[in-house]
Amino acid sequence: MAATINSEADGNIKESSMSFKKALTAVQPLSLRIVAECPVTKARACDLTLPHCTVSTPVFMPVGTQGTLKGITVDQLEVLGCQICLGNTYHLGMRPGPELIEKANGLHGFMNWKRNLLTDSGGFQMVSLVELSEVTEEGVKFKSPYDGKEILLSPEKSISIQNSLGSDIMMQLDDVVSSTVRGPRVEEAMHRSIRWLDRCIAANKHPDRQNLFAIIQGGLDAELRKACLDEMTQRDVPGFAIGGLSGGEEKDDFWRMVTLSTDHLPREKPRYLMGVGYAVDLVVCVALGCDMFDCVFPTRTARFGSALVPWGSLQVKQKQFAKDFQPIDPDCQCPTCKRHSRAYLHALFKSDTAAMHHVTIHNIAYQLTLMRSVRQSIVEGRFPEFIRTFMKRLFPSRDQYPSWAVEALASVNVTLE
Amino acid sequence: MAASRMKLELSRVVQGNTRLGLLKEMGRMGQHSLDIPGCLLYTHLGTVPHLTQDTLHTLSSLPAVTQVTLSNMAEHQDVLEEFKGGFKKFAGLHDTVLYCSLHDPAAQCPTGHTTNKTVSVWGSGGRIELTVAKFMALQKTAQPDWYQSMADGETWQASASRKRVRKSVDRTLAHLDECLMVHQKSQELDGVGVFGVVEGGDILEERLRSARETAKRPVAGFCLDGFQTGAMDQVLRSQLISAVTKELPEDKPRLLQGVGRPDEVLACVEAGVDLFEGFFPFQATERGCALCFSFDITPDPESAAPDEEQRTAGETQPNRDLNCVDQTHMTSFEMNLKDKRYQDDFRPLVEGCGCYCCRNHQRAYVHHLLVTNELLAGVLLMIHNTSHYHGFFRAIRAALASDKMDLLRRRVLGNGKK
Ligand SMILES: [Zn+2]
Ligand SMILES: [Zn+2]
Repeated sequence: MAATINSEADGNIKESSMSFKKALTAVQPLSLRIVAECPVTKARACDLTLPHCTVSTPVFMPVGTQGTLKGITVDQLEVLGCQICLGNTYHLGMRPGPELIEKANGLHGFMNWKRNLLTDSGGFQMVSLVELSEVTEEGVKFKSPYDGKEILLSPEKSISIQNSLGSDIMMQLDDVVSSTVRGPRVEEAMHRSIRWLDRCIAANKHPDRQNLFAIIQGGLDAELRKACLDEMTQRDVPGFAIGGLSGGEEKDDFWRMVTLSTDHLPREKPRYLMGVGYAVDLVVCVALGCDMFDCVFPTRTARFGSALVPWGSLQVKQKQFAKDFQPIDPDCQCPTCKRHSRAYLHALFKSDTAAMHHVTIHNIAYQLTLMRSVRQSIVEGRFPEFIRTFMKRLFPSRDQYPSWAVEALASVNVTLE
Repeated sequence: MAASRMKLELSRVVQGNTRLGLLKEMGRMGQHSLDIPGCLLYTHLGTVPHLTQDTLHTLSSLPAVTQVTLSNMAEHQDVLEEFKGGFKKFAGLHDTVLYCSLHDPAAQCPTGHTTNKTVSVWGSGGRIELTVAKFMALQKTAQPDWYQSMADGETWQASASRKRVRKSVDRTLAHLDECLMVHQKSQELDGVGVFGVVEGGDILEERLRSARETAKRPVAGFCLDGFQTGAMDQVLRSQLISAVTKELPEDKPRLLQGVGRPDEVLACVEAGVDLFEGFFPFQATERGCALCFSFDITPDPESAAPDEEQRTAGETQPNRDLNCVDQTHMTSFEMNLKDKRYQDDFRPLVEGCGCYCCRNHQRAYVHHLLVTNELLAGVLLMIHNTSHYHGFFRAIRAALASDKMDLLRRRVLGNGKK
């Protein structure tokens, strides 16, 4: 498979012959085995083998921004069945810094996580820090919010930090433009992202054990996206991300860009849709052919007492649950639902932070269980039926189905009755 | 009234005061036991702060008694009434003895709100005033295995006059009599143990009167109130406790409220205290500290070695003010993991500690979690601190069993010779 053949022989590797030999004998950093493909939609179920373990896709990846997942221990995360989670390069690069993490044997060692890690490029945080940042061909310049020092995040710097973090999947630095921006800036960003991809590929010191994913850009312009896809798919990268979406654009634009991207991405490489994590979005985008997803929403919302359930969400802190002695979801098998009632969690929110941990655990369990059921249905050839049942449960009536989802699903031959 | 079945079996009494033993046949089914001197499991509304059942049960040998406070519980009375199954079931606590106290030992309780007929507790929504009727209604719905009788404990300020102290003893005895009257008529409280509260401030004769009078009532055990850290120095505390415990029947447990510092715990054990509230590990956790004091009394110098280094870690930020009122201050029994010097320290919190945190994580990581305000910091520190503190109580019992209290005291105070 192309993804697993890295350029060991092309003379680009500057490392000593010792590590060169190591690179040849090392476990290949990524392989994708397609277990099943939905005969109706573009959905697929794969085994994605990464250095630390095999990931069953479609997969939701919880976000552990600062080397920890919001009050949850790594053991709890493992028990929930999480095979890959995220760390944020921007945050970790600031604190505790790449040197320290390298000394701790990478982010895996630092947080003692035995399974896979994906790190972003640090570029996305620039959208939120845009007042402080300036993008040039060199990279992104910004002022550190901690000490006011000017920092240049170049493609080389981003990869160097991610090499220190030792993640199983690294993301290229891309030129991030808000998805609601239109015009020449989008085109400039797309072309720059391609040039930065080449610089990132050249900068990767560990192609034998760290996979670098390209990020498809091009905003909401189909021509630009297509051009970006044509260029980037010519690079021998182990996987692709669909970027520049889920930033407040219209859902109609969103799904069209997703499906355009999966139409042109190679079948034998994983597709990662960045920043997507609402249940409907996950199910629809799996149907459109995406394999991997991440989002801070399920864990962030948990801390405010919002529990995700098959019929939407449940605000545990609301008064109506004060005397509700059922678990959050009677069908959920998570440790929270097996032991605690809505009423107890409601009361505990007034007394201790452990209440947040209970809902966080439930929400991660919800996301991972949802994706396992999606996968199971693909493997068993009943994914379209799964989608119909899922939608019926989530929305009280047919006319409440979001029109974009109905259209997107129709585009892959699933009609909702 | 069917008296509580609980039995106290003393295996050793040292110097007339210090007791080693076992509380047996606790709980309504009589299936639990607790070694004394011992420590209760401190909780917020039945949950050990920061911990879920998964993280809590990484700890081995948890105490059989869980403490919950009325300050947490009172505001949920209507919920518990509708639930009907009692607090343990409500909180998902399946296998523990539940002890219900009035106040939270780790929270400052505003004064000036007690009257002849009422005491007040502070919940998340503010002050809740309790009459005996309301207090007993709470006990009936909560259905604990033991509870602290209603008490007027506002005598710990230095300004409390003799008259005020006398009034608090009188009121507390009156509350106890009223509580017992309701208790004895309540089917729901059959087999539940009432702990009478000994008050008396720093006045010896009031302490003795309170102890003698309380001991005459059909109580299951005694709470020693008004001795909390900051209320008085340890010499006076030890004198008063020794005097009080001499007045109390041998076969009932004595629980000391508001004292948790290791040096004070040792002194109070020697004065005759059996049980402590386990809030100290929580306080250390909240200030970003890991307990690291030594309590190793094994003769093997090899295994005692890491303690020396731990002690130096603690000693560089000494705070040996034994009368420190502000409990947010760091003590000399802990290390401040927020300190920059731990940022690249890849050792466990305490070498040789078998807790989940120390088996899996390093000081540098916990430091990072603290400086980035991550919730996992509280989780990991709480696991370690709880484990360390309960280990300390095991060491106290081992020292009492083998006549090594002097050695233990030297170790804990940080000048033990190896
Ligand atoms: Zn659940
Ligand atoms: Zn430990």
